[in-house]
Amino acid sequence: MPAGTLYRGKVGMWSWVLHRITGVAIFFFLLVHVLDTALVRVSPEAYNSVMGSYKTIIMGLGEMGLVAAILFHALNGLRIIAVDFWRKGTKYQNLLFWIVIIVAVVLFAGYAPVQIMHMLNY
Amino acid sequence: MEIVIETPNAPRARKGTNWEKWGWMYMRVSGAVLVALIFGHLLVNMVLPEGGVKAVDFAFVAGKWANPFWQVYDCLRLWLALIHGTNGMRTIVNDYAERESVRKALNWILLVTCLALLVLGTLTLTTFDPCIDPSLAKTLSVCATGN
Repeated sequence: MPAGTLYRGKVGMWSWVLHRITGVAIFFFLLVHVLDTALVRVSPEAYNSVMGSYKTIIMGLGEMGLVAAILFHALNGLRIIAVDFWRKGTKYQNLLFWIVIIVAVVLFAGYAPVQIMHMLNY
Repeated sequence: MEIVIETPNAPRARKGTNWEKWGWMYMRVSGAVLVALIFGHLLVNMVLPEGGVKAVDFAFVAGKWANPFWQVYDCLRLWLALIHGTNGMRTIVNDYAERESVRKALNWILLVTCLALLVLGTLTLTTFDPCIDPSLAKTLSVCATGN
């Protein structure tokens, strides 16, 4: 194994990997989400029925995964913008990654209890 | 197919619009706007309503889309997010598809899917009719016949 570089095996690489994986997951959800919303043009029953399928524990857990993916992708996206456009972005990219993780965890910790309370009422 | 990689720091030799550059720029601009739009959407549709996503039904959507603010908001969200997502998928396809025919086919599928969903989503927003729900039709003044 070659010794570590600035990028390989470090946060630069892993944030890139996570950004791709979360991006693909969000993209496929988006496709489904446009289709389910389009059912409001079919009938109220059709839309309410498909929304009913979101109101289960399994889908609730899926939503938590989706929110976690969105939080990381959104905040890391802001980090990418900072690295590309802010003069000191590359200097602080490592620190920025951990700030992304901490802010994402804090926001998720604020969201998760609310979501779990909702799920207990399904 | 022979691939020629230009010297990275050489002045750009090709003429015409640099679409990859504008694609790169689009990802950052739309991304920044989407952070605000999506966080707002999650808050208003999942966190704030009593019961969370349980509150989201036809009447909930009708209530939001009665307001032009949410119509524009959701239209922006649709276009910015779908193009952002499709362009991201295109980047991934270009990175991993080894055969040129597979790469082209996948990118065509992405383009067609994106266009179809943009049309479907935009029509859903612009032709939405709350009056197809009988219980709403009774209470909403916009649904009263003769107006």
